[in-house]
Amino acid sequence: MNFILRRLGFYALAAWVSITLNFFLPRMMPGDPGDAVMARMQGRVQPETIDAMRKAYGLSDDPLWQQYFDYLGNLMRGEFGIAISAFPTPVTDIIRTSFFWTLLLGLTATIVAFLIGNLLGIIGAWRRGGLVDSVMPPLLIFVGSFPYFWLALLALFFMGFEWGWFPLRHAYSSNISPSWSLEFVGSVAYHLVLPAASLVVVAIGGWVLGMRNTMISTLSEDYVMMAEAKGLPQRRVMFNYAARNALLPNLTAFGMQLGFILGGALLTEVVFSYPGLGYQLLGAVRNLDYPLMQGIFLIITFSVLGANLVMDLLYVRLDPRVRGA
Amino acid sequence: MAIATETSNSQGTPAGAAPLIRIEDLKVQYLSPRGPVRAVDGVTFDIRPGEVMGLAGESGCGKSTVAQAILRILQPPAVITNGRVLFDGNDILDMSDDQLNEFRWRDVSMVFQSAMNSLNPVMTIGDQITDAIQAHQRMPGRKALERAEELLRIVGIEAARIDSYPHQLSGGMRQRAVIAIALALNPPLMIMDEPTTALDVVVQKEIMSTISRLKQELGFSILFITHDLSLLVEISDRIAIMYAGQIVELANARELFEQPLHPYTNGLMSSFPPLTGDRVKLSGIPGSPPDLVHPPAGCRFAARCPRRFEPCGSEPLFAEAKPGHRVACHLYPESRTPQAQEAIREH
Repeated sequence: MNFILRRLGFYALAAWVSITLNFFLPRMMPGDPGDAVMARMQGRVQPETIDAMRKAYGLSDDPLWQQYFDYLGNLMRGEFGIAISAFPTPVTDIIRTSFFWTLLLGLTATIVAFLIGNLLGIIGAWRRGGLVDSVMPPLLIFVGSFPYFWLALLALFFMGFEWGWFPLRHAYSSNISPSWSLEFVGSVAYHLVLPAASLVVVAIGGWVLGMRNTMISTLSEDYVMMAEAKGLPQRRVMFNYAARNALLPNLTAFGMQLGFILGGALLTEVVFSYPGLGYQLLGAVRNLDYPLMQGIFLIITFSVLGANLVMDLLYVRLDPRVRGA
Repeated sequence: MAIATETSNSQGTPAGAAPLIRIEDLKVQYLSPRGPVRAVDGVTFDIRPGEVMGLAGESGCGKSTVAQAILRILQPPAVITNGRVLFDGNDILDMSDDQLNEFRWRDVSMVFQSAMNSLNPVMTIGDQITDAIQAHQRMPGRKALERAEELLRIVGIEAARIDSYPHQLSGGMRQRAVIAIALALNPPLMIMDEPTTALDVVVQKEIMSTISRLKQELGFSILFITHDLSLLVEISDRIAIMYAGQIVELANARELFEQPLHPYTNGLMSSFPPLTGDRVKLSGIPGSPPDLVHPPAGCRFAARCPRRFEPCGSEPLFAEAKPGHRVACHLYPESRTPQAQEAIREH
C-alpha cells in the first residue's frame, strides 16, 4: 500500500512538471496564434478583429504567472481552449473523438503483436532449433526492419486499392451511422484490419526475439529444472515456471509501448486517413493550431504516465519481489 | 570404464537387501564443438532401501550429471549415450514421457544445490508444494494445502509461511522449503545435490541435522552429492568417489575414511583438515583433472598420481579389492587386466 502511495506521489509530480512545460514551451516561442493569423492575412484585418480573436482563443496580456494559474484552473475544469483550425469547436471535442480511434487502433495492434510475439517466443525457446525457432525470428526481423508507414502504403496499395480486399480510408463506412449495432462494429473491425496488421507485422519481431532470449536463459534456471523433476505437466513448466518469469522484462516494455500508442502510429493514421489523434495532430501542425497541439501533447504525456502507472501496479501484482521495495 | 564381470554380482550388497535403484554403466556426453565431452563415463552403483549413499568428487567430475541423469532432467547439449537406471525393475532411460512424469518426484525427488535458484520467485512456497502433490495425486486444493502446511512443520518452518514468496525467506529457510517440496510425495529416494553448499556453516549444520532427523523418521534413501568429504562422514552409509567421470572407489563410509585405497581418495582426504585430532599438513593434489574430450588412454588419475607405475597406461578394472570395497587402481591385483599384468611382468 505504502509502495502504491509513493508511486502515486511520483506520478502526480511528473504530471505537474509536464503540464508546466506544456504551458511554458509554446509561450517561449516568438509570436502567438494571433500574429500567425495576422501574418497569413497579410495585414488585411483590423487590429480589433485580431484582438477579438485573441480573446476568443484565450490569449491575454496578463503576467505570465497569472496566465499559468488560469491555465491550470482551466485544465482542472477540463477546458483545453478552442481549436483555431476548426473554430469554434472546443479542443476537447476534437480530442475526444480522435482519442477513441487512436486508442482502438493502437491497443489492438499492440496487444495482438504482444500476444502473438510472446507466444511465438515461448514456443521457439521451448522447442529450440525447431521449425518455429529457425524460421520465425529472421523472417520477422526482416519484415520488422521496414518502415511501418511504407508497409502500410504497400498494404493499402495492394490489398486495398489493387485487389480491393479492404477499405481505403476512414474508420467505418460513411453510409452507417455510429451505434452499437453489429453492422457498425463489423465495419469498424473491417476498417481496422489493414492499419492494425501493418503495425503488428512490424512490432512482432521484437517481441519474439525478446521473449525467446529471456526464455532461453530462464529455461536453464534451477527452478525450471526442479519443476521438470517434479513431474509437472510440460504446459505448467513452460507457462507457470519458465514463461511467467521470462515475461517480466517484456511486460515493462509492453507498458512503455502502451504509452506511445497515442503518438506512435501517426503516419499509419495518415496513410489510412484514420481519424485518430495522429491525423488530427498533422492537421494542427499544418494550421499552426496551438491549442489543439497543446491539448494533444498533453493527452499523449498523460497517457504515457497513466500507462506506466498501470504497469507499475501490474508489476507489483506479478512480481512479488517489487512489493517490498 | 570396464566392469569386472566376475565380481559385479557381489557389489557389496548384503544378501537379502535388493537395491532400491541400480545405475549400470551410465555414460553421459556433452556435445561440444570440440567433440563430445565424456562427463560421465561408465558409472555403476546401487542404493539400498534406507541407505545414505555419498557421492563425492571435485567440481566437474560429473557427480551432478549423474544425479540429473537419474531423473532424466539433463538439458541439451547433454545426452545419455549408454547405460541403465533400474528402479523397481524398470529402466528409467526407457520410459515414455508420461511414465517418466509419473516416476519423477513420486519415486525419486531432488534437492538442488542453490535454494534461491531452485524456487520459482513468482510462486508462493505453498503453491510450489501443492503443484507437486497435485501433479501426482487427485487431491482437492484444501487437502493439498493442509499437507503443505504439515510438510513445512516437518522441516521446521512455521505453517504460516505457506503464503510467503521465496525472497521473503532466509537462505536456510529456503533450503528447508526445498526439502519440504522434496518430501511432498514421500519418495523412497531423495537426491541431494550439494544441499548445503550455498549456506554458512551454522545453517549448514542445522540443515544437516534436519536431514538426518527426517531420514530417521521417514526412512527414505539418500543419494548425497558433495565435494566436501567431511560432510559425508556423519551422514553416509557408503561413499563413492568420482574422478573425471568415473567412480574410482566405493566402500563403507567408515572403511573408506580409515583405509582409503585409491591414491585420489587419499589426496582428497588430505585436502581438508580433520575436525579433531592432531594438526596435519594439508597436501592437496597437484595438477588438474584431464580434458574429458580426449581422456587419457589408461587410468585417468595417472598424470596426477604420486604412486604411478608401469601398468597405469592401461585402464584399471573397477573391482572388489576387499569385501564390499571396490576400487579402480592397478595397485590392487584385482583391478589389473591381463594387459596390465603383462606390463608389470615385463618390467
